[in-house]
Amino acid sequence: MSLIRLQNISRRYQMGAETIHALREVSLEIDRGEYVAIMGPSGSGKSTLMNLVGCLDTPSSGSYELNGVNTSEMDDNQLAGIRNREIGFVFQTFNLLPRANALRNVELPLIYAGLSNEERKTMALDALTQVGLADRIHHKPNELSGGQRQRVAVARALVTNPSIILADEPTGNLDSRTGEEIMALFETLSRKGNTLIVVTHEEEVARHARRILRIRDGLIASDEKTEKKSGVDAVLAVL
Amino acid sequence: MNFFTEVKEGLFIAWDAIRANKLRSILTTLGIVIGVVTVTLMGTAIDGLNRAFLRSVSMLGADVLYLSRTSWFIDSYEEWLKVRDRRDITLAQVRELEKQMTLARAIAPFVDARRPVKYKNRNSSSVVVIGTTEQFQFTSGSVVGQGRFLTAEEADGGRPVCVVGSEVATNLFQQGPALGNKIKVGQQVFEVVGVLEKQGNFLGHFNLDNQVIIPVKQFLGGIWHDPDFEVQVKVIDVKQLEDAKEELRGIMRKIRRVPPGKEDDFAINQQESFISTFNRVAGTIATVGLFITGLSLFVGGIGIMNIMFVSVAERTREIGVRKAIGAKRRTILIQFLIEAASICLLGGVLALAIAWPVTFLIGKFLPATLSLTVAGIALLVSILTGVISGFFPAWRAARMNPVDALRNE
Ligand SMILES: Nc1ncnc2c1ncn2[C@@H]1O[C@H](COP(=O)(O)OP(=O)(O)OP(=O)(O)O)[C@@H](O)[C@H]1O
Ligand SMILES: [Mg+2]
Repeated sequence: MSLIRLQNISRRYQMGAETIHALREVSLEIDRGEYVAIMGPSGSGKSTLMNLVGCLDTPSSGSYELNGVNTSEMDDNQLAGIRNREIGFVFQTFNLLPRANALRNVELPLIYAGLSNEERKTMALDALTQVGLADRIHHKPNELSGGQRQRVAVARALVTNPSIILADEPTGNLDSRTGEEIMALFETLSRKGNTLIVVTHEEEVARHARRILRIRDGLIASDEKTEKKSGVDAVLAVL
Repeated sequence: MNFFTEVKEGLFIAWDAIRANKLRSILTTLGIVIGVVTVTLMGTAIDGLNRAFLRSVSMLGADVLYLSRTSWFIDSYEEWLKVRDRRDITLAQVRELEKQMTLARAIAPFVDARRPVKYKNRNSSSVVVIGTTEQFQFTSGSVVGQGRFLTAEEADGGRPVCVVGSEVATNLFQQGPALGNKIKVGQQVFEVVGVLEKQGNFLGHFNLDNQVIIPVKQFLGGIWHDPDFEVQVKVIDVKQLEDAKEELRGIMRKIRRVPPGKEDDFAINQQESFISTFNRVAGTIATVGLFITGLSLFVGGIGIMNIMFVSVAERTREIGVRKAIGAKRRTILIQFLIEAASICLLGGVLALAIAWPVTFLIGKFLPATLSLTVAGIALLVSILTGVISGFFPAWRAARMNPVDALRNE
């Protein structure tokens, strides 16, 4: 059974008299443990697809099954629960809470999950250790570099041990070296068995993935598996 | 996430947000502070007014029945028409009553008129002259400061003596001694044998400071030949007030020959009815006063609503992030409600800190203190203001679409 199963998903926006077709009848399956890159020109519908997969948005038509559960019939609260348990988001602009330190930012999803203070602290610390920031837990976002901020965001995404980690242009605001660090981190997560979906403009970044989806005008233009990249270990050595 | 953790988390976030926008929070709070201060002071003043009234009333004792031709309170023209032809209560009737009443400690006939009072070249143009007996000292609860009260013989007979209220004494004699002086009341001359202690003047009805008490016989002789009397009946035991009232009623019906089945042609008043009327008036004052001061609280509430809208707009991104990682609508709603309520609660606490010393100032005029109840209500009202005015902005935040919120720059 596929982890993600989209069937004839469309997403339309009504702008006055004009209807914008951000996605047109997209069907797609992604299995557990896959590492998928989504590429395509600006405005092609990549973010729209991510938002639908992440249950932030609901399709205009079509059905979406996550873990065998149909999400089309869920209400707002149930979707919030799914996002909390099943999905980890990483954004281009990090989206950390500015006044909270790294530890608290990572704790946040666990607070919404209703975990006790001790459980939260242990898990958040563990996630921050995984991204190599165990010594920065009391720093606020403005006391961290861009790459460190994004690593805090990654820690926040994986702290709940979600089924999927979704990243929308995670390296978009980083220089190429820092971007490579984040991609190496994703590589490690993928090896540990996490399911990853990464939206990107850069071929370099996409090459880390095992599968590349290319989107054009709201349609999947191509869907190909990549050979295992040999340079991965070299990248890991950078860390 | 359960409600308790939601509230705890909400408090944490609220405190954080308030601290992050110190100046803005203080300015917003100002509206609430002013609102709560005015409401609290109004409440305190009304409370003080009530107490001052009760204190004045109880000076006369709650154990006195006031028999008169008509009720103190005539509510309608119809009622007035019904009672206006009733026969007067005469001194003879009072004498008869004195003989028969068993549950009374003191019975005093009472009649009054306004007359100018003169001492040498000093003048008091409008003094209340009371004609009564020595019993009045007990029924009225007045305390003699200098000299003595009227004696039974004086009340009954001819000696022209009088007891004056403290205000009359100061007006006529200023710093000089009052006792032994002869004053002119109307056309008669009276010797001052006593001066009453100052009673204070909260309600004119009970004020004995601007009065001259003369023997009832003198009153009948010199001021008014056949007046309508009021009779003050002080009962032996306040617990028997109702029994005494029934006894008084029975005796008066007999004395005034009211046929069985017909209603009384007199009225027995009690302070209770006076109190209930006062309560009605005070209630109106309180409603109007609190309404007007409540308006300022309302304005403060609008300020809170405004700033909460700003806060929600500013933190659209944050709301988007919170929703993306699993915050439910309710969680966001509670978060912003608590933030609004916290700002208001802060305002309420500040307001109490301001209102407290001000009540001391009020305390100079009225027996007012900032009671724990008023303080509690003030805090409750401020929290409520926060919740009510914060609801609409919080609701907007809770309903935000996460995708749009995240896209917000
Ligand atoms: N809220 C919206 N209202 C109207 N149109 C929208 C909205 N969101 C997206 N669109 C439109 O849908 C199409 C797809 O947008 P989307 O954000 O998915 O593009 P993208 O592939 O992520 O582009 P980019 O690489 O620039 O991020 C665009 O044409 C966009 O204008
Ligand atoms: Mg995009």
